[in-house]
Amino acid sequence: MSKYYALVHRVSGLALAAFLPVHFWALGHGLEMDGFLRWTEQPLVKLAEWGLVVLLAAHLGGGLRVLAIEFLDGHEWQKSLAALAGALMVAAGLAFALAL
Amino acid sequence: MSRKFETGLWIAQRASAGVLALCVVVHLGTIVYAVRGGLSAAEILGRTRGNSGWLAFYSVFVLAVAIHAPIGLRPVLAEWLAWRGRSREVFALAFALLLWWTGMRAVLTVFG
Amino acid sequence: MKVFVKRGEALQEFEVPRHPSQTVLDVVTYIQRALDPTLAYRFACRVGMCGSCAMTVNGAPRWTCRTHVDRVLKDETLEIGPLRNLPVIRDLVTDMRGFFDKWERAGGHFEGARTRHDDFARVSPASREREAADAGIECIGCGVCYAACDVVSWNPDYLGPAALNRAWTLMSDVRDTQHAQRLRAVAGDAGCHACHTHMSCTERCPKHISPTAGIAGLKRAVAKAAMKGDL
Repeated sequence: MSKYYALVHRVSGLALAAFLPVHFWALGHGLEMDGFLRWTEQPLVKLAEWGLVVLLAAHLGGGLRVLAIEFLDGHEWQKSLAALAGALMVAAGLAFALAL
Repeated sequence: MSRKFETGLWIAQRASAGVLALCVVVHLGTIVYAVRGGLSAAEILGRTRGNSGWLAFYSVFVLAVAIHAPIGLRPVLAEWLAWRGRSREVFALAFALLLWWTGMRAVLTVFG
Repeated sequence: MKVFVKRGEALQEFEVPRHPSQTVLDVVTYIQRALDPTLAYRFACRVGMCGSCAMTVNGAPRWTCRTHVDRVLKDETLEIGPLRNLPVIRDLVTDMRGFFDKWERAGGHFEGARTRHDDFARVSPASREREAADAGIECIGCGVCYAACDVVSWNPDYLGPAALNRAWTLMSDVRDTQHAQRLRAVAGDAGCHACHTHMSCTERCPKHISPTAGIAGLKRAVAKAAMKGDL
């Protein structure tokens, strides 16, 4: 059901909006980066980071679906792009998982 | 004038979405590359500090985020928290400024 | 089978005999005629042409005359209620006035410039505009899309999929003279910009219309007009 793509898009957007100020603030303290990078080695942090990459990919995929519906004609596009959105989510998550 | 305002926001949201789609793909790609390479802070900063190309890229990224996130938040606030009216617009603008300010601080720290 | 009917805040249980080829409208009619004559419900043609019999069946808005019991029965149980997002007059009957008021507020009526003394307008059926209009004009105002729409529940001012779909068919009608005014009527957070492409309307429409596609067309037309300074 299409509305779940829209709800995932919304919830992932909310999560990202909550995360980004923290992300920016942490990066703004770049001088402490070694300590910060060591902290990021912790498994819970890695799990959170993987979660964030998935959220970002989910939001991007959902966003591409919205752009497709609003700017392209034809129902087939919506379905194929929704599928592509899903694939992107998985791909990004995997890529990041491999990097962990 | 709500129609012109809402239409302007709709256009800005789609435009920033397009910019972000590109920026996010590039960003994720470089992060995965850096993490796989096992780079230390010193190594990362060695490559990023003084790099005006990346500085420009991330400045655009931060600006697009500062536009996109607050516009996206607005309907959620109205529909799920019943928060409408002037105070919501003030909050959204404040959030935009927060993102832009903290974002540019981070960009200048890492790439300046 | 057990049938639960929403009446006000309460759910009333009825035991209704099963038959082959039985529709949900048959069930409601049986209840009112044989079990409880005080049950209020609406229907007219009972053959899927008028849209009067739309109700919520096991959580989804449907035409009850076109819904076979076999298709929707869950554990030998049916739950029937009035359409969502509309005020309830009594039992299964909703007040559709707000729905049609929004239709009008979206500029949902045709205004032409020709009179009986002029020649016919020539509109090619194969033109892009006419195909866009034809894709949406079969709407009979049944309210199923409006009931299915989450944004209508979340935003009481939202004009809704049916009204906006009608506005789009008129935007696509080259004979209509109110295009600029109609764009102004549908722009804003009570109009097309409130649609978040859940597509529940498109999924549930019994006429297989896609209000989502029409609303997307309105979004593009409004943006174009705004950038030209015509909004």
